[in-house]
Amino acid sequence: MALAELKAVTKRYGAVTALDGIDFSMEAGELVALLGPNGAGKTTAVRILLGLAAPTSGRATLFGRAPADREARWRTGALLQVSKVPETLRVREHIELFSSYYPNPLPLQDTVAAAGLGGLENRLFGELSGGQKQRVLFALALCGNPQLLFLDEPTVGLDVETRRLLWRRIREFVGRGGSVLLTTHYLEEADALADRIAVIKGGQIVAEGTPSEIKARGAASRLEDAFLRLMSEEVLP
Amino acid sequence: MNRAYWMEIKYEFLKQSRLRVYVFSTMLFPLAFYAFFGIFMGWQHQPGMGSLTRDLLGSYGTFGVIGASLFGFGVGVAVERGLGWLEVKRASPMPVAAYLAAKTATCLAFAGILVLLLFALACTAGGVRLAASAWVLLWVTLVLGAAPFCAMGLAIGSLVGPNSAPAVINLIYLPMALCSGLWMPLEILPKGLQRIAPALPAYHLRQIAAAVIGGSFRGIPQHAEALLGFGLVFTGMAWIAQTRERAKIYG
Repeated sequence: MALAELKAVTKRYGAVTALDGIDFSMEAGELVALLGPNGAGKTTAVRILLGLAAPTSGRATLFGRAPADREARWRTGALLQVSKVPETLRVREHIELFSSYYPNPLPLQDTVAAAGLGGLENRLFGELSGGQKQRVLFALALCGNPQLLFLDEPTVGLDVETRRLLWRRIREFVGRGGSVLLTTHYLEEADALADRIAVIKGGQIVAEGTPSEIKARGAASRLEDAFLRLMSEEVLP
Repeated sequence: MNRAYWMEIKYEFLKQSRLRVYVFSTMLFPLAFYAFFGIFMGWQHQPGMGSLTRDLLGSYGTFGVIGASLFGFGVGVAVERGLGWLEVKRASPMPVAAYLAAKTATCLAFAGILVLLLFALACTAGGVRLAASAWVLLWVTLVLGAAPFCAMGLAIGSLVGPNSAPAVINLIYLPMALCSGLWMPLEILPKGLQRIAPALPAYHLRQIAAAVIGGSFRGIPQHAEALLGFGLVFTGMAWIAQTRERAKIYG
């Protein structure tokens, strides 16, 4: 059974078509990257799979259920783009609160270790650096011991070192048997992490395969060249 | 998952109690206003312990619990909704009812603490004397009376943006307080304003508080019904606003 699936999903906002009849599915143990430029529909796909938005037509399922189903959410965690997180709670308190939403959360210390937050547990969120804040959001996604993690542009705005550190944490999660759906517009990130890449453009998936298959499809040795090639092609009907 | 409810309430309270702006503005203004208009002016008016000091306790109590609710709920929801935090919570398995219960419980708790401080001020500096049962009943009235204003805060927080929320709330809160007779007795206000008062929810809570202080329960059911009605209308407005927003958010 697919962990997450979109079947012929279209999403329109007024006159704008954000997703145009997308078919997508992912299996257990996979780390899939949705790769595309800003505005391609990546975040919309994630929001529909999380039950935060309803498709205009087509069907979305999470663990074979409706995405907003409580039991589907017990098995998922999500790191979304957020401009402001309450600053007057401590790291430990944020994690304890989110852990309480899940039936079998990780012990606090395991979450702290998995997100690389050791020593910061008693800091107020407002006192943290950008990279530390992003790791707290990663911890909130992880703390419920989910099978599937959604990471929406998890490393935007982070410096190279912090980004690499988060990559390592993501790989460790997959190493423990977890699955990840990652959206990114960093080619390097998709190349470094993903088992499979779905390239999305104008609300459609224009290419899908392993990083090396994508490179072959774009007839290029580097993913960046392949990506630019794909982006310049007309979208096939 | 009762634990989620308790944790949500605990951390909502903790989060707000560490927000200095919220604590100072909700506590300090009603206490300072009551000290000045209720107690100091009361002395001028009627040296010793005046009935003005006693009557204004209901007015400033009403003023205070409304502020705690409108700012706690309204600014909280506007900011969390507008800047993405509510989305993170909604993507988690958090029961939405836990979010609302925590915000309501926190606003009512702050309202309860504020009313206790006002009582302490009234008892000591104000020399107000009420029967023990009247103190308890007044406290319960003011704290429960804050609930419809939690719904009002939710409605405002669901409609306005995170940056404009405090200004919009002040633009509603302060004129409503004045026109409901929370700052000075209604009888002093122009006739036109007196006629508007029953259309404002704050007026009804003030009338109930005044009746409790005066020891007469006439009119309380009608005012309570009006408050309940306002509460339902605001809840409906919030529900419509949130549903419409969810339908049109750009992804």
